[in-house]
Amino acid sequence: MHAPNLFWLPSLGEDLAREQWNERFAQVADKQSDWEGLMALANHDLDFVRTMRLDRLLARKFPEPPSGLAVKPVRLAVLGSSTLDHLTASIRVAALRRGIWATVHVGEYGSYLQDLSEANDALETFAPTAFLLVLDSHHIVGYLPRDADQATAERALSEVAEGLLPRCWQAVKERYGCPILQTSFLPVLPQLMGSTERLLPSSPAGFIQKLNATLPALCATYGAIPVDLAGAASQAGVAAWYDPSLWFRAKQEVAPRAAPAFGELVGRSLAGMTGRTSKCLVLDLDNTLWGGVIGDDGLSGIELGQGSAVEEAYLAIQDYALRLSKRGVILAVCSKNDEANAREPFRDHPEMLLREKDIACFVANWNDKAENIRTIAESLKIGLDSLVFADDNPFERARVREALPMVNVPELPGEPALIPETLAAAGYFDLTTLSAEDFARSGQCQANLHRQVLQESATDLDSYLANLDMKLAYGPFNAANLQRITQLVNKSNQFNLTTRRYAQEELAAIMQDDASAGIWFRLTDRFGDNGLIAVVIVRDLPDTALEIDTWLMSCRVLGRGVEEATLEVIVAEAQKRGKTSLRGVYRPSAKNNMVADLYDRLGFSLAEQKDNGEKIYTLPLETWHKKSVHIEYLKET
Amino acid sequence: MNNTEITDRLTGIFREVFDDPKLELHDAMTASDIAGWDSVAMINIIVGVEERFQIRLRTREVDGLKTVGDLIALIAEKTA
Repeated sequence: MHAPNLFWLPSLGEDLAREQWNERFAQVADKQSDWEGLMALANHDLDFVRTMRLDRLLARKFPEPPSGLAVKPVRLAVLGSSTLDHLTASIRVAALRRGIWATVHVGEYGSYLQDLSEANDALETFAPTAFLLVLDSHHIVGYLPRDADQATAERALSEVAEGLLPRCWQAVKERYGCPILQTSFLPVLPQLMGSTERLLPSSPAGFIQKLNATLPALCATYGAIPVDLAGAASQAGVAAWYDPSLWFRAKQEVAPRAAPAFGELVGRSLAGMTGRTSKCLVLDLDNTLWGGVIGDDGLSGIELGQGSAVEEAYLAIQDYALRLSKRGVILAVCSKNDEANAREPFRDHPEMLLREKDIACFVANWNDKAENIRTIAESLKIGLDSLVFADDNPFERARVREALPMVNVPELPGEPALIPETLAAAGYFDLTTLSAEDFARSGQCQANLHRQVLQESATDLDSYLANLDMKLAYGPFNAANLQRITQLVNKSNQFNLTTRRYAQEELAAIMQDDASAGIWFRLTDRFGDNGLIAVVIVRDLPDTALEIDTWLMSCRVLGRGVEEATLEVIVAEAQKRGKTSLRGVYRPSAKNNMVADLYDRLGFSLAEQKDNGEKIYTLPLETWHKKSVHIEYLKET
Repeated sequence: MNNTEITDRLTGIFREVFDDPKLELHDAMTASDIAGWDSVAMINIIVGVEERFQIRLRTREVDGLKTVGDLIALIAEKTA
């Protein structure tokens, strides 16, 4: 049975990811004190061994809380009826993941009642700020006699629910004045009669089930904070959490392999108690809220609505986001798009569940997303650490993680159907209590932010790009990729300077024509292959110029230096043909405004502007200077 | 999986558990040869082995382990 892993965090399954984590670990270990570095290490899908290892490093580096930490340190007393020592590292690491410094004290094995009912030196010296009570099901079922009838079973239930539990919670409050976290009970006891189990008064499994059902209301009555261990275990299955042989070997009800997931669950409650719960979900648009690219596919081309599995899956993502917003989570949009294109579905798409009024802050432009997210936090007046950024694109996720390590960035699965589950499993927005203020929050924040031209922090983006390991392969059109080229030529709308559409035969003809050339471009980086991302067609003019007939590119790779690199390839092609200048054409369309000034930016000069808005540019090769980009070229023939 | 591959991966686990990047394993090694090999470290090792090799070890099997060589043989048997 697989461990219940933290699958929304970056995985260490691949060799490369593991090496990078180990390298970072060594760097943090070498430094005097690097709290952010430790936090970054904690924000991975760590197994038990790595969690233990990170916890030892944490204890070495920060035996005391780092100075100037905004969040109050947590001193958690863990009491219970079974072995709990193997869980404390995971609790500390889960707190670290949220920027919380925590220290944990574990009571003597099985002596929670004594610890609470009389003065306890160890506890008093520890001076806890919070308690966690973990009672195992074997222990609790001890209250239920083997031959219990209905009345006896009910008495046993109230003995626990009205007696034992409230007595413990009140003792904590009176003696220590601390909040108390109470775990629900793991359904580990074998059933005696299956589906009708709850009808049997003497059933241990039924007893635990009934107790769990009453726990939330009970906690609300007595002011305890429920930690739904049973609910969490039902996600991966109880068998992933509980190992009977370990129970007998070490009285561990939560198996060590489930410790990271247990710690994470407790960490969420600690986050809720210390005000570290996330407040805002920042959503990407293309291939996150709908399928396809609005700028290219248009309103009728994006996948959303009832009809196909994929369309319904995107609808379900919107439904989940909308439900979150109704319970107080702020929604924001951060998209690389022209703003008018990005807003169009929110206004005019009949199937959209999310509308402009649901989005508190709407940012769509072509700037670095890390900078845009900073803007969103500033305009909403909330901390960057209370943002969750949901984007299908691994490039953007890694960029934001690196530039803004305090922002929560879940690993979204490639399958849209799994996105709501992933966001739910990550628990970013989990609350320990529900206040009226939570409901009001989303209403207050609907001051829409207008598009801003942002100062990009060029330096740190540059170093990010330098480490991306980008490789641009290019070569003449060939039979193998002609179909994909045809698709791109006929679909691309935004980064498309002339929007000339060609049939496959016309593109094939270019392959035979000496007076013209078609070049494809393919970009890979450390996240993998971005596929065929750009197409250029050039034609010899009768004079000494080479005309760029077609230049289009996928917007996914915008702002990484690919434009400059492409130009370099075009320049080389012109030189090979003995040409001395390039001629560039911009033909405006309804959708290609984003490249209206591309040639200006690349150093071309405007030669002619026609009445229909068409602009002719020229670039003498002698005035062209190679721009340095972080891209390696791979020429194919 | 052959014994060399098992030993390599197991060495990785031991290095993480004992925070010793230079630690080398040999068959005759026992708990008394490594400083800090206590019951907590033992749980750590067993969980690491179960997770990284995707196998389950039985109570009796763990109880019967005397040396690192025994553990390698047990893993070899389970991954065969």
